Amino acid sequence: MIGGVIAAFAVIWRPAISPIEPPSPQAFKADDVKRGRDLAAIGNCNDCHTVRGGKTFAGGLPVPTPFGTIYSSNITPDPDTGIGRWSEEAFARAMRSGIDRAGKHLYPTFPYDHFTNVTDEDDHALYAFLMTRPAVHAPPRANDLPFPLDQRLVVAGWKLLFLKRGTYRADNSQSAEWNRGAYLVEGLAHCGACHTPRNALGAERTDASFSGGDVDNWHAYAINARSPSPVPWNTEALFHYLRQGFDQDHGVARGPMAEVVSNLSSVPESDVHAIAVYMTSVFGPPSQDDIRRAKDVKTEIKSPPAQGAQSNVAGASIYAAACATCHESDRPLPYGGVNLGLSTALSAPDPRNAANIILSGIGPVAGERSPIMPAFADSMTDTQVAALLDYLRARFSKQRLWTGVEKTVADARRRQTVFLQTSPGPHNAPAEPTQRDRP
Amino acid sequence: MMILKVNGHDHQIDAAADTPLLYVLRDDLKLNAAKFGCGLGQCGACTVIVDGKAVLSCVTPLLLLEGKQVTTLEGLGTIERPAPIQRAFMEEQAAQCGYCIAGMMMRAQALLQRNPKPTDAQIKAELMPNLCRCGTHMRIVRAVHRAARLMDTAELSSTTRSTAQGSVR
Repeated sequence: MIGGVIAAFAVIWRPAISPIEPPSPQAFKADDVKRGRDLAAIGNCNDCHTVRGGKTFAGGLPVPTPFGTIYSSNITPDPDTGIGRWSEEAFARAMRSGIDRAGKHLYPTFPYDHFTNVTDEDDHALYAFLMTRPAVHAPPRANDLPFPLDQRLVVAGWKLLFLKRGTYRADNSQSAEWNRGAYLVEGLAHCGACHTPRNALGAERTDASFSGGDVDNWHAYAINARSPSPVPWNTEALFHYLRQGFDQDHGVARGPMAEVVSNLSSVPESDVHAIAVYMTSVFGPPSQDDIRRAKDVKTEIKSPPAQGAQSNVAGASIYAAACATCHESDRPLPYGGVNLGLSTALSAPDPRNAANIILSGIGPVAGERSPIMPAFADSMTDTQVAALLDYLRARFSKQRLWTGVEKTVADARRRQTVFLQTSPGPHNAPAEPTQRDRP
Repeated sequence: MMILKVNGHDHQIDAAADTPLLYVLRDDLKLNAAKFGCGLGQCGACTVIVDGKAVLSCVTPLLLLEGKQVTTLEGLGTIERPAPIQRAFMEEQAAQCGYCIAGMMMRAQALLQRNPKPTDAQIKAELMPNLCRCGTHMRIVRAVHRAARLMDTAELSSTTRSTAQGSVR
């Protein structure tokens, strides 16, 4: 009995690490700060740790999970409400083991199951970067979790089951670039956090890595052999998409992925290329069937088959007036709309992403030439959006028709307001010259 | 053939279901306040109000307007009796070339009907889909604030209410 208690105590209890006097920014090397900046952009830290219109890294963003709402923390060096009194040791422990300076278990919405793979060197650079940001006084918001999930010791149990150290190991049979990509993807970039489905306890399913997951009422597509993309991805397309935010055969990044590519536009090109190389091997080589289908799609784009009499008059009419003007304009991406035959959203397992984008459109990004699309939430009812989606699916995808489309649209309409209020605007990343187009 | 309700009047329209509302307004009903800018729903010059909401008429097919109330700038006021939003834009001299202004006024009107006291940030966020190449943005923002004050005064509040319901004077 006593032995059991001691064992449990050993699992649950973690000591506090003594607070420090907040280090002066001069204590850090400029090179480390710069490298930390790039790493933080690869880690997409600003996306969760910033509220829309709020101060960068000051936290407070509600992250909805199936278990309740968790608010992101303030990771600016404010001594009282941020990480100003955290030593580097405390920071590295949080990254590696999901424990805060005071010894409290952090919820795995903070993806330490990936960050555990980050090297000491990179943690050092990240620490240098964050500790030299402007301190913002922003008290943490209380999580909204039911009992017993509000008890942090539950997290200790979760970690025993799911926090595996060293899930990334270098593979000597692969190139240095592949290994660099694998290190970033499995670690800091935490791609699987959205793109891998989760089990009943909210952990990534190791048997289904990159098979597609859910985030903020968006579907994060499968990015392995099960990818729904009509044209298979390759390294060049992935690199262009991740770097520029769009690819001519796949369209533009939007939803939560828009922030990711926005961040990736500002980091060393070699890192983005490494991610593309590694992800190409995760996708695997396309099958003969995939290649033939892609060829058919591209042929149909060049000479569209005649559309016979439509049973779905509403869908066809809406498409003709509201969509085709851009999506069949032949103007190059990202300012012309992608031909919908290439759209992954329309070949996806469910219509959520397509519904989101029709309702909310794509807003312009300040200071950049960026793709835009008008929002249709105010001009179409759920039934009309559903009719449009049914038409688009039937016309532009080889997959079987969706079911329950109208309910998906109603959900998307209800959820979009929340998303638009809480999502940070693009380009919270500290200003740096980027590779993206600027007027 | 369908019935289109514009500025409180019913119109018999003989056009295909996928005809953009803008074409019907300008070509059939000769209501030329809404402008053709890009035809892609990207500039806002064609903005009108449908059931209280700002809608881009160039990418709104007729079929979506079954049973709905369309309000164009002509439905808000006249040269003799301009509506508060029109007065405010004139008093602030918010137009330069004027091409975008009808769309700006319609979207601002829809905002003020929903939120009678918008902040600067709310006005800017709301008007984001409407482009102005002359650069009168600061005057436009001032004009929207002025319209809010005008609408707030007692003698004009009745006009505003009837406008919201799409009645015609």
